[in-house]
Amino acid sequence: MNVVVCIKQVPGTTEVEIDPKTNTLIREGVKSILNPFDVYALEEGVRIKEQHGGKVTAISMGPPQAEEALREAIAAGADEAILLSDGAFAGSDTLATSFVLAKACTKIADYDLIICGRQTIDGDTGQVGPELAENLGIPFVAYVSKIEEIKDGRMRVRRMIEEGYEVIEMSLPGVITVVKEINVPRLPSLRGMAKARSAQIPIWTAQGLGVPMEKVGLLGSPTRVIGIFRPQRTRRGELLQGSLEQQVEELVDKLRQAKTV
Amino acid sequence: MQYFLNEQQQMVRSLARRIAEEKIIPVRAELDEKEEFPWPIMKELAAADIFRVFIPEQYGGLGGDWLDLCLAIEELSRGCGGVAISYAASALGASPLLEYGSEEQKQKFLPDIASGKKLAAFALTESAAGSDVSAISTSAVREEGCYVLNGSKLFITNGGEAELYTVIAMTDKAKGPRGASAFVVEKGTPGFSFGKKEKKMGIRSSVTRELIFRNCKVPEQNLLGREGMGFILAVRTVERGRLGVAAQAVGLAQGALEAAVAYARKRIQFGHPISSFQAVQHMLADMAMELEAARSLVYATAKTIDSGAKSFSEEVAMAKVFATDMAMKVTTDAVQILGGIGYMRDYPVEKMMRDAKVTQIYEGTNQVLRSAIALDLLKRKAMRE
Ligand SMILES: Cc1cc2nc3c(=O)[nH]c(=O)nc-3n(C[C@H](O)[C@H](O)[C@H](O)COP(=O)(O)OP(=O)(O)OC[C@H]3O[C@@H](n4cnc5c(N)ncnc54)[C@H](O)[C@@H]3O)c2cc1C
Ligand SMILES: Cc1cc2nc3c(=O)[nH]c(=O)nc-3n(C[C@H](O)[C@H](O)[C@H](O)COP(=O)(O)OP(=O)(O)OC[C@H]3O[C@@H](n4cnc5c(N)ncnc54)[C@H](O)[C@@H]3O)c2cc1C
Repeated sequence: MNVVVCIKQVPGTTEVEIDPKTNTLIREGVKSILNPFDVYALEEGVRIKEQHGGKVTAISMGPPQAEEALREAIAAGADEAILLSDGAFAGSDTLATSFVLAKACTKIADYDLIICGRQTIDGDTGQVGPELAENLGIPFVAYVSKIEEIKDGRMRVRRMIEEGYEVIEMSLPGVITVVKEINVPRLPSLRGMAKARSAQIPIWTAQGLGVPMEKVGLLGSPTRVIGIFRPQRTRRGELLQGSLEQQVEELVDKLRQAKTV
Repeated sequence: MQYFLNEQQQMVRSLARRIAEEKIIPVRAELDEKEEFPWPIMKELAAADIFRVFIPEQYGGLGGDWLDLCLAIEELSRGCGGVAISYAASALGASPLLEYGSEEQKQKFLPDIASGKKLAAFALTESAAGSDVSAISTSAVREEGCYVLNGSKLFITNGGEAELYTVIAMTDKAKGPRGASAFVVEKGTPGFSFGKKEKKMGIRSSVTRELIFRNCKVPEQNLLGREGMGFILAVRTVERGRLGVAAQAVGLAQGALEAAVAYARKRIQFGHPISSFQAVQHMLADMAMELEAARSLVYATAKTIDSGAKSFSEEVAMAKVFATDMAMKVTTDAVQILGGIGYMRDYPVEKMMRDAKVTQIYEGTNQVLRSAIALDLLKRKAMRE
C-alpha cells in the first residue's frame, strides 16, 4: 500500500485575521503549524504502512517555508516528502489547489490511497479532498473515522454522519478525508527527527508538474471572496423547566399559541 | 543561559519536554495517588527513542552521551519525578553493561534496553548495607557453569517491573571489598523473586521492591567483568547514577519554580498580586538563581564526563549534593509561595516537595557525599590545579 498524505501548513491559531481590503488571510507574524486534521491523516497513513507495507509520501502545496511542515511529517513517520511550490500557485483557491495536488499525484503514479484532513483550520472549506478525487476520477469518502479492512484492492471504512456512522466499501485507488476520531497520533521519535533534519525534500514547480498557468493561482481560481461575516443567529431555542407534566403542558400551550397544533 | 547544546541534545530536550507536557503532566497526580507504575508512559518514551539516548549506536542507541541523558531526565522530572526515576533507573541498570560488559553481553542485552522493550535496574543496597556498601552479604557461589546467588536486595527501583538486573554479590567474602562481583540476572530466573512493594513518601509512580535470591542459578556468562570487580563497578555505576539524580533535582525544581511564578502573578491579596510583594519576589529570585547554578554545575559535570575524563567522582558528588539540596529548598519555597493551596494535593507543588526529598537520600546520602568531597579536598591540601 503506497499512501499519499496531503498536508497543509496553517497559522497556529484559529483566530486568523482577515485583511479587510483584499479579503485574504493575514499570515505574517503567526507561527505556522501542521493543519491539525492532517496530523491524523498522516498517522493513519503510517499505520497503514506498518500493517500492509509500502510507503508514505507527504505532499504539500505552499510557499517555500511549508518545507517545515513536510519535515515534521517525516519526523512523524512519512518516508518521503514533496513540496509543490511556485510563485504561480499563489492565491490558489480550492479548485486550483486540488488541481495542482492531482497533478502531483498523477506524477507520483504508484499510489493506492490518498488521505486528506477533513478540513483546514484556516481556509476551512473541506473542499480540497473531494475535488482532488474528482480531478483524478477515483472514488472518494469523506469524514472517515475508522478503516475496517483493506483487502484485494478494496477498502471498507466507517464514515461519520450526524446520527452515527455509515460503513462504506470503496475500490482503490481512492481518496478519503479523515476526522480526529480515527486515531491518536504518535509523538515524533528522535530517529525520525534526525531523519527529518537531513531529508532531501524535492520541490515540484508548475513547469515540472506540467500545469498550465491559467489553471493555477489567481487566474485558475474562480472563487471571489466578496465579504466575510459571522452569520446572524436567527434560531432561538428555549429550555422548559419543571416536572415532565408541567413541561408537556407548557409546550402544548406554546404550540397552540403559535397555532402549530 | 547558553549551554551550547548540539542538535541532538536540543532534540532530546524538546521531545522530552513535549512528552512531559502532553503525556505525563495530565496524569501525574493520578499516578501519584494510585502509586501506579507508568507503563503507558514508558511505552511512549520507548516509541520516541528516549531509551536510545544513553546507549551507543552499535547497540541500537543514539550515542550515549551523559549530557543527553541528563537533559532527558531533567525534562521528564519537570513533569514527574517518579516517571523520571523509572526511566533513569533503566539507564543506571544498563550502565555496568556499557562499561564492563563483554561484546557478547552488550549485543545480547543492550538492544532491548535501547528500544525500551526491557527495563533495567541496579541492585546494590541491602538491609544492613546502605551507605556502607562494603557490608553487603548476598553471596554468589561458583558451581558448574553458573553462580548460585543467595540473599536479598532492598529498595530496588524498577524491582519487579524490570527484566534485567545488575546485582552486586560476594563471590569471596574473605577478600572483603575485593571479593564482590557483578551479575546480570534476568527476571524469571528460577530462585529469583520479589518482596513487597514499598509505600513511599514521594516518587510514588516509581516502584521500589525487595529482590530475593534463593539458590538462584545465574549462568556464568552473566558475570560482568571479572570476579572481584564488583565494587569498582558499583562505585562507578553509582557515580554516574548520582549525576542522573542531580538532573532529576534540577527538573523538579524547574517545575516548582514555574508553578510558583505562575501562581504569584495571579493570586491577589491586599489588592495586589502577591508577586508585587518584595518578600515573595526575593524568594523567587533566590529560587531562580540557585536553580540555574545547579543546572550549570550538572551540565558542566556531564560535559566533563563526555569529554573523556577518567575520574570525576568529586565533580559528580558536588553536583549531586548542590542540586538536590537546591531542589529541596526550591520545592519547599514553592509550597510556601502557594500558601494553603500549595499544601493541597490539587496543586502539584506538594508532590514536587515530596519527590525532591528522596534525591538527598539515594545514590549516596548528601552527608556521605559531603564527607567524600571534604576528604578529597583535604587530601589535595586545598590546592587546585
Ligand atoms: C476567506 C478566505 C481567504 C483566503 N485567503 C488566502 C490567502 O490569502 N492566501 C492563501 O494562500 N490562501 C488563502 N485562502 C485559502 C485557500 O483558498 C485554501 O486554503 C486552499 O485552497 C485550500 O483550501 P482549504 O484550506 O479550505 O482546505 P480544505 O479543503 O479545508 O482542506 C482539506 C484537506 O485538503 C488537504 N489540503 C488542503 N490544502 C492543501 C495544500 N495546499 N497542500 C496539500 N494539501 C492540502 C489537506 O489534507 C486538508 O486537510 C483563503 C481561503 C478563504 C476561505
Ligand atoms: C526510593 C528509593 C529508591 C532506591 N533505589 C535503589 C536502587 O535502585 N538500587 C539500590 O541499590 N539502592 C536503592 N536505594 C537505596 C539507597 O541508595 C539507600 O537508601 C541510600 O544509599 C542510603 O542508605 P540507607 O537507607 O541504608 O541509609 P543509612 O546508610 O542507614 O543512613 C542513615 C543516615 O545516616 C547517615 N550516615 C550514614 N553513614 C554516614 C557517615 N559515614 N557519615 C555521615 N552520615 C552517615 C546518612 O546520611 C543518613 O542520614 C533506594 C532508596 C530509596 C529510598
